[in-house]
Amino acid sequence: MRREPSRRPGVQPGLPRLRAALVFGGLLVLLALLLARSIYLQSIDRAFLQEQGSSRYSRDLEIPAHRGRILDRFGEPLAISTPVKAIWAWPDKVEASPQELKALAATLELDPAALTTKLHQGDDFVYLRKAIAPEVAAQIAALNIKGIHDDDEYRRYYPSGEVLSHVLGFTGDRDVGLEGIELAQQGWLGGAPGSRRVIINRRGEVVEDVASIRAPQEGRDLALAIDSRLQYIAFRELKAAVEANKAKGGGLVMLDTRTGEILALANWPSYNPNNRTRVTRERVRNRALTDSFEPGSTLKPFTIATALESGRLRPNSVIETAPGTLTIGNATIHDAHREGALTVEQVIQKSSNVGAAKIALSLPPQAMWATFSGAGFGTPPRTGFPGEVSGRLRPAKSWRPIEQATMAYGHGISVNLVQLARAYTVFANDGELKPVTLFKAAGPVAGRPVLKPETARAVRHMLEMVVGPGGTAPKAQVIGYRVAGKTGTAHKLEGGSYVNRYVSSFVGFAPASSPRLLIAVMIDEPSGAQYYGGSVAAPCFSSVMGSALRLLGVPPDAPNANVIVPPDEGEVREET
Amino acid sequence: MTRLNLFLLALAVVCALSLVTSRHQARKLFVELEHEQGQARGYDVEYGQLQLEQSTWAAPGRIEKIAREQLRMQLPGPGRIQVIDGRPR
Repeated sequence: MRREPSRRPGVQPGLPRLRAALVFGGLLVLLALLLARSIYLQSIDRAFLQEQGSSRYSRDLEIPAHRGRILDRFGEPLAISTPVKAIWAWPDKVEASPQELKALAATLELDPAALTTKLHQGDDFVYLRKAIAPEVAAQIAALNIKGIHDDDEYRRYYPSGEVLSHVLGFTGDRDVGLEGIELAQQGWLGGAPGSRRVIINRRGEVVEDVASIRAPQEGRDLALAIDSRLQYIAFRELKAAVEANKAKGGGLVMLDTRTGEILALANWPSYNPNNRTRVTRERVRNRALTDSFEPGSTLKPFTIATALESGRLRPNSVIETAPGTLTIGNATIHDAHREGALTVEQVIQKSSNVGAAKIALSLPPQAMWATFSGAGFGTPPRTGFPGEVSGRLRPAKSWRPIEQATMAYGHGISVNLVQLARAYTVFANDGELKPVTLFKAAGPVAGRPVLKPETARAVRHMLEMVVGPGGTAPKAQVIGYRVAGKTGTAHKLEGGSYVNRYVSSFVGFAPASSPRLLIAVMIDEPSGAQYYGGSVAAPCFSSVMGSALRLLGVPPDAPNANVIVPPDEGEVREET
Repeated sequence: MTRLNLFLLALAVVCALSLVTSRHQARKLFVELEHEQGQARGYDVEYGQLQLEQSTWAAPGRIEKIAREQLRMQLPGPGRIQVIDGRPR
């Protein structure tokens, strides 16, 4: 029998109501879940995900910037930074066998025991060795020890070594200047590394520049006034003079008299800035600028210049210096050699203390102070070097007569060597004081008039007599050139009283007819057979000056038999 | 109408493909540029090192030592120097 399928009226075909609602509700819940998840990812977890995502394709790269070079006046490099590697470790992450550690110590040139101690200090981070050559770093990377890493850094090299170390100074960690010009010019020389964001591909190659976060600032080069050839000569001769006289130390400054540029500045003892493992603070000081001393007789020309300016004396006025002593109050001034009546010129030539003191006492203190101060004593040389001292020049009102007398020959006043050299530019430039600088001058440098040109020329003539026969410094002569200068031999002041230790000095310039170079030499505590400036400092002056003038090709102004004059152009005539 | 649409579709596909290629080209060129720039930095470093080396070899102290010791040169004494006046008269 066949039955028809039952067809109940009123009932729709399809799902039951309840089931439909359930499915719909379920879908809705799932949708809500998805929505919630996406809201969670988009807003709450976003930062983390963004970072994770970008870390897979983008990198922030540092753009290195190196420190500027220091150059001499002709562009010869005096200080250059070059990349090196620093090796460091996470001590608690280092996994190395004893053999590996031994190999590491050998490559780093460290004592294996010292290396082990370093790795057991318990610090999070420890430098094993800094400033090693990139090739050595590659060997260490090849050892492939876990927890040992390397970093790029820069190291500064000074090709001139100890010859110029006091002027340049040096840099420390991260190539930041610590001393000297490196410190003073940190802002100019120092570079600031930049940073940029890039996209990399799966091979680690940079495929796109996304953004520049910080533009790198490269360090700028700096040109000094130093002439490295003259510097070498100055250093070599100064060292020889200090050693020959068994002295404690010495300094030498060479100026271009026309611009006031410091062409050479040497100190001994010195140090090698490329290897400072055993360098004391004492050796690092640039004594020519940071130490002051009582100059002694090298100040007499300024006393005489004051007297000539005032019109009270003429170069040939006579001063009685017999019997070689002068008593003021309860103090007595002595001359090393007894002289009789001397002209003003001879007071300089023979370096008579009594003569200078007598001349000084005839002058108002204020006038002497004005000359000294005008010549730059008591004011720092402002060479651009950090820590330079200004010396001591007391105000004229506080001078007692004995002080005025001793100041006439350079006691009771203190100066540094660069100040002394600067002061003598007055005599070399017809009365104009030139500002001194360690940096290359761009053009002509204006001076400041201190003395009348006639006075300066008269004193220059006296200074030439010092070097001539009968003067205190015939050893300062340079063959072929006229030299003008003055010796100084000063007792050192220790604990408030003068002791029988000396500072011997010589300041002079050449050629006297038209000065080009000015050199000031100071030898501290010569303890050989001689201690007079004329026998200790003058020969050093002469050898440096002679070599420097020849090197610069300065035409000789003291004709001697060796000058060959080319024949008159009589025969050869050019077509016109 | 259909033909126009098909034409536009083809155009869009061509544009899309050319964008892909040029993008790829740009990245390749950029990689090359990076490489060259890296090399330039390397040369810069090497130049600095060579300068350093040059000034170490050319240090006056070293030249003087070689001149004196190996080449047996010496400074002429004042009697052996003749000055030629080359200034215009």
